[in-house]
Amino acid sequence: MITMENVCKSYKVAKRDAGFRAACKALVHREYEAVHALNNVSFTVRDGEMVGYIGPNGAGKSSTIKILSGILTPDSGTCVIDGRVPWKNRTEHVRQIGVVFGQRSQLWWDIPVIDSFELIKEIYSISTPQYNNKLEELTQLLQLQEILKTPTRQLSLGQRMRCEVAASLLHEPRLLFLDEPTIGLDAVSKLAVRDFIKKLNEEHKTTVILTTHDMQDIEAIANRVILIGRGQILLDGTLDELRRAAVSDGNGNTDEPLDLDHVMACLYRNLNIL
Amino acid sequence: MRKYYLFFKLRFAAGIQYRMAAVTALTTQMVWGLMECLAYKAIAESSGNMPMDYSAVVSYIWLKEALLALFNTWAADNDIFGMILNGDISYELCRPLSVYSMWFSRTAGGRISEALLRCIPVLACAFLMPYPYKMGLPVSAGAFLLFLLTAVLGLGVTIAFCMLVYILCFFTISPQGWRMALTGAVDFLSGNIIPLPFFPDKYLRIAQLLPFAYMQNIPFRIYCGDLAAAAIPSAIAGQVFWFAALTLAGLLLWKKAEKRVVVQGG
Amino acid sequence: MGIIMRIWKSIILYLRYASICVRSAMQYKLSFLLMIIGRFIIAFNEFIAIKFLFSGFEEIKGYSYGDVLLCFSIVQMSFTLSELFGNGFKVFSGMIKRGDFDRILLRPCSPILQIIGNHFEIGRTGPMITAVITLVIGIRTCSVSWNAAAFFTLALMIAGGALLFIGLFMLGAGLCFFSIEDTSIINVLTYGAKSHGKYPIDVYGRGILRFCTYIIPYTLFQYYPLQYLLGRTTQWRLAFYPLGIVVFLALCYAVWRIGVHNYKSCGA
Repeated sequence: MITMENVCKSYKVAKRDAGFRAACKALVHREYEAVHALNNVSFTVRDGEMVGYIGPNGAGKSSTIKILSGILTPDSGTCVIDGRVPWKNRTEHVRQIGVVFGQRSQLWWDIPVIDSFELIKEIYSISTPQYNNKLEELTQLLQLQEILKTPTRQLSLGQRMRCEVAASLLHEPRLLFLDEPTIGLDAVSKLAVRDFIKKLNEEHKTTVILTTHDMQDIEAIANRVILIGRGQILLDGTLDELRRAAVSDGNGNTDEPLDLDHVMACLYRNLNIL
Repeated sequence: MRKYYLFFKLRFAAGIQYRMAAVTALTTQMVWGLMECLAYKAIAESSGNMPMDYSAVVSYIWLKEALLALFNTWAADNDIFGMILNGDISYELCRPLSVYSMWFSRTAGGRISEALLRCIPVLACAFLMPYPYKMGLPVSAGAFLLFLLTAVLGLGVTIAFCMLVYILCFFTISPQGWRMALTGAVDFLSGNIIPLPFFPDKYLRIAQLLPFAYMQNIPFRIYCGDLAAAAIPSAIAGQVFWFAALTLAGLLLWKKAEKRVVVQGG
Repeated sequence: MGIIMRIWKSIILYLRYASICVRSAMQYKLSFLLMIIGRFIIAFNEFIAIKFLFSGFEEIKGYSYGDVLLCFSIVQMSFTLSELFGNGFKVFSGMIKRGDFDRILLRPCSPILQIIGNHFEIGRTGPMITAVITLVIGIRTCSVSWNAAAFFTLALMIAGGALLFIGLFMLGAGLCFFSIEDTSIINVLTYGAKSHGKYPIDVYGRGILRFCTYIIPYTLFQYYPLQYLLGRTTQWRLAFYPLGIVVFLALCYAVWRIGVHNYKSCGA
């Protein structure tokens, strides 16, 4: 499904120092420094896999997602998704993918959710029977019956996230990116979203790539974890493998059962990627 | 008093930080001023007798651009406005200060800092303009002192009016809309679009009955010598009167608004 | 055939967006109404200012009150139309900062369509009322003999002006991609032209006239066709000058395209 090979990406970032004089200088002349966001990143994802993509802030997670979704062009390397190069045929590519940003909304604030859905139907040119089928299915699975007629601004965060997920799936993408989908949600909504994603994968074989800081999301959803730090892939395996890596590199207290957050903290420290 | 001073200082420091915005504002204001000067020049050349001397109009225009931050009625302090909109006002009520004076000093601090920051480059450019568009010096030392005095009073009237607008916002469900509708009219009546002497007589008489003629109109016209010496005392009296009246109205209305906030919980 | 279908679909989609924007605005009816009234008053101020100024004299550089009013209403109407349709470009820097542009790129249709569709601003119709009122007064009091050619020229001027302002908004939006902190400098060119374009540009002298022809071609929809409309010249080809604005629009679009390309290779 996804093949990514030797992808590199660096940004030029304007240096900015504090203080009034530096501010004046920056008006006339700016200095740039290169930040290597991705450094030789390679991995493959098979059809129907559910991959957790994790790493500390600024590790290169969102750059990877942006490249995979076709809105960022890498400096070098190749990436092929279902035979398409994302940034080359963007329009065609984005038709096949869905993206959920946990911190941003794609629903119109002041109008009922269903109207946002209708617009998305137009945007993706989804045929009416296909749209109706999918809407019914999503409504059932995510329990949207009660809230479809409500304006987005009146929804709770959990309700809104369920609608966001549905909005990203109306066009039946084969590949779904979830960027912190459970951030700020209450326990019930978190569980609902996780269950739904698992079901989605079972029924439609949708490939899911999930970035999150919530290790329970990973545990519940992902059957494979890719750990990225300082722009490089550091580990690629199951959660158990991750756990073992954390313990063996650490202080050797193998008998102490670590919870996942500690595993991650341990890993980040050992790999020195914070 | 010290507390108010600190509020003033905080706002002042915040104002200094926008640098790119300052360059943009300078360009904007110079273009605006120059275009107006050119338009009035064409008017002066076509009509012969203008209600104000051309040189006085030029000075008026540059003063208006330089001190825009002091006297405009449409730029509200967004923090205060936000507090009213989202209900954070309840925090303000917890402070051991009078909210009215706090907001007043805050607004004054914001306006003065911005005006100082912006007027220096604008005035420098305006004084360096080629002849007919060059900003003139005040007509006399006395006029300059009176300009300073009336500018302070004018600022007082402006802020007292803005406070009234803030407080009125408590009583409407659409503060932004109200503010826009209200300030649109005030902009014109304060002489911001065209100087008041260009009003036809009967409209001028009406405008002079309103507080808005006592904001920027008085100091600017004293500076450029357009306001006759005999008219100055009554103009100052008018400023004092409107300052007192608007402040009083603001305080009374605030009492009512405060009750509302306390009762409704913001 | 394919192209016609695509254009048709785009129009349908745009109308969808527009209807959503209108319905969103209608959620806050009082606010909406006051906003329109406020904007109407602000625009009306300019009209009153012209009226007041002209109470003291007959003409300015040979233009009568009616002539100036006509010119004012043309510029006002162009600008309002450009705000109505091109508002998305105006608020674009905010979209970039919030990361909303990513979402736009994630959808399989034209980014420009989404940007302008998302921000169709019906609330901008306030100044339109002023523009219509002043246009009617202008048409009745100016020295033009109104025939089909005159109305055609008028329509072309308004359309050309709207395209020019949309081009400027697009230019400003395009500059947002180049890590420029503050692109509000472009407002000098848009709001400045709206406020000061109320007088035919030659009123401001030769220097400004040149700037407004060769740097930003305002004169193509304002000064030159106005000369023909007011019968100050018999050269009918001046009436077609607004068509030249298409070239300017293409240049602005080029900047926008480079910007989008830059965004895709640099992120934001």
